[in-house]
Order: sequence, then structure tokens, then C-alpha cells
Amino acid sequence: MQGITIDHLLFIFKGAGWTIVLSALGFIGGALLGLPVALVRSSRNPWLARGTGFFVQLVQGIPLPVIMFVVYFGISIAGFDLPALVAAGLALTAYAGAYLGEIWKGCIQAVPRTQWEAAQCLALTPAQTAFHVILPQAGRIAIPPTVGFLVQIVKNSSYAVVIGFFDLTYSSRVVNNSTFEPFIVFTIAALIYFAMCYPLSRLAARLESKYQKR
Amino acid sequence: MNSIVRFDKVRKSFGSNEILKGVSFEVGSGQVVALIGRSGSGKSTALRCINGLETINGGELHVCGRPMHQPGLDLQSLRKDVGIVFQSYNLFPHLTVEQNVTLAPRKVNGIGASEAQSIAAYPDQLSGGQQQRVAIARSLAMKPKLMLFDEVTSALDPELTGEVLKVIENLAADGMTMVLVTHEMAFARNVADQILFMHHGIVWESGNGEMLKQPATAELNQFVCSGL
Repeated sequence: MQGITIDHLLFIFKGAGWTIVLSALGFIGGALLGLPVALVRSSRNPWLARGTGFFVQLVQGIPLPVIMFVVYFGISIAGFDLPALVAAGLALTAYAGAYLGEIWKGCIQAVPRTQWEAAQCLALTPAQTAFHVILPQAGRIAIPPTVGFLVQIVKNSSYAVVIGFFDLTYSSRVVNNSTFEPFIVFTIAALIYFAMCYPLSRLAARLESKYQKR
Repeated sequence: MNSIVRFDKVRKSFGSNEILKGVSFEVGSGQVVALIGRSGSGKSTALRCINGLETINGGELHVCGRPMHQPGLDLQSLRKDVGIVFQSYNLFPHLTVEQNVTLAPRKVNGIGASEAQSIAAYPDQLSGGQQQRVAIARSLAMKPKLMLFDEVTSALDPELTGEVLKVIENLAADGMTMVLVTHEMAFARNVADQILFMHHGIVWESGNGEMLKQPATAELNQFVCSGL
């Protein structure tokens, strides 16, 4: 254990803090992007559905670190001087938006067609049908896969290290470079990542069983 | 005639499969009409055309004075006047019984809580007969001029069936105009003003309850006898 001091640990934890910030940005941005994508993809309009379908295919077909590179260097070519957090946040937003859009589209389509019929036959408008009948049911179905994907966001945020963003993986590597104790350092990082992800999985299980009661 | 529903040689196809081959009948105000027939005869399809769940491909259909065969019809305003109850109830599982019944009147008509029962229960806590009665109450809460029933007792055992039929009978006695698709021959005979036997996509034979005892066509005779 020689060489690893409290200062090193605090340094590693500082990176963990930024991992949480980046993951939150990615999830919120992804949710804001993913909901319209899901609604458009489950609508009847073929043109809109095809356009957003192309966006989803694009994001799902390119590795996240490469997306991060493209966004990061694209921003500087466009003439802006922004921190790596912005590029990482945008890339993670696109990534999360595409996947959450597909997940939520599936959840909307999982609500039985008969629910749409029953609501429309009560003279509810399409907007009222969506808001009061379909989305509440789709939301309950969506909880396990959404929280499961949040865990993916936390883990995949570690790719931001390739554009020099100071997250948990980055701070661990810095400490490793100065202490030369890779196994201990990265085990600590692993434990911190697990400590962030495990409560989310437990939360998903609890939410799922709470709504199963209905 | 001041009819609530008028079918005039209506045709309906699903893809290349023609289900309704020229259906014609009328439902007057306050009348109860029963549609009977084999599966695939087109009775549920005909019912679903009445409130626009299916669009027709030929002929004319008038419901509550509105021509259903014209494109661009405002279905939402029609459905304020036409209620429907389904075989599988289709209650909203995430809402309580009271919320199920009051959702549409509150959102569409802007009414405060209606005179529904105040049960803080969810649909999956009720029996089939209770769920179907909630479904009926939900459609009635909009105070429609016409009620459609699509085989609403087919998924219920005989005891529950009796419960639901009682409710429908009371509705009919109150003067509600109704079109029922049903397999309950005895019920149709007792309650319906008009019984229409559908076969191969058209109205094969029509009459009142006596028709079931003395069928005029061989097909209706076979249909009635096969149920014994």
C-alpha cells in the first residue's frame, strides 16, 4: 500500500464527482432528446419516423469514444473554445437520446392497442389520450429498462477520458501514473463505480415492484 | 324516419378480404337492436363502423345525423354521442374505478366529479362482472345518445353474465338506443326490438324475437339449432 495517501484518494474521488455530473448531464439531455424521438417513432407519420430512425441508426452504429472525438474536434473546428465537459455532455446526450428513444418507443408500443381504442371512443383527443392513458402506462413499463440504461450511462461516461475530461477513470490514471500501483488504484476506481451503479439497480427493482401492485 | 343509425349497402374490406358485402339496416331512436351470427359474419365489424373504429369502403352510413362515409369527419365530437363497451372491458389499469369513469366527462365536457360510485379500487381488484359494469358506467358517464355493446358477456361465466345483462336490460328500459352484438339468444329475444342475423357479410334475415323460434331461412335455422 506504499505511496497511496489520503490525498491520492481524495483526488480519485474528485474525478468521481465529475463522473456523476457528466452522467447526470447525459441522462437529462438524453431524456429530453429521447422523449420526442420516442413519440415521433411511435407516431403514424412515416417521414418523421424514418428521419429519426436514421439518427438512431447513426448513433447506434458508431462507438461512443469516436462520437466524443468527433464532437470535441468538431466544436473546435467550428471556432468555439469550450471545455471537454461540453463535448462529452453533448456526445453522451446524443448517445442516451438515441437509446432511450428506442427503449421508450418500445414501451409506448407495449401498451395494448385496445387502450387507445377505449380512450378515443370516450371522445378523448389524441393529446388527452397520450397524456392521461398511454404515457402513464408506458411510463410504468419503462422504469426497469430506463434505470438499467442509466447504469450504462454511468459506466460509458468513462469514455470521456479520451478527450481529456477529468472523470473517475482519468483521475485514477493520473494517480496510477504517479504511484505505479495500477491494481490497487483501478480496484478502488472499480469499487467506486460499483458503489454508484448498484444503488441505481436496487432503485429500479424497488420502483418496479411498487408499480407492480397496480 | 328519424333514425339514429342507418346502414345503406355498406361495404368494408380488410385488404383483399371483404367482410361487409352490402349491409343495410336502420336503428330508430330508443330502439334496441341485436346483431347475431357466426364468427366472421361481420357483426363486430359492422358495430365498429358505427363509431368510426373502422372506416367503410362503400355504401353510406349515417350515425346521429352524421355521414360516416365522408372523409375528414370529426370523430371526436361523434364519440361524445356514441358510447361503446368492449368484450375485454379495456378499463384503464393505472386509474381507480372512479377515475376511470370520470376521466372523459372531466376532460372532454369539463364537468366536475360525476355521480359515479366512489370506490377507491383498481380494476384488477374487481371481478369480471364488476369490471364490465364499470366499463358500462364509464361509457354512460358521457351521456351518449347511442350505446354499442360488442359481445360484452362472452368472456364471463353464467353468473356474471346475468349481472351484466341486468344492467343492459335496465338501460334499455330507460329508453337508451342500443346496438348489441351478442350470443345470448334468450336475452336478444327478450330485450331487442329488432334482431338482425348476419351471414356472409350481409343482413341475412331480420325480425323480432319470434324469428328465432321460426326461422325463415335455412342458415338461421342451422345457427339457432347448433346452439342447443
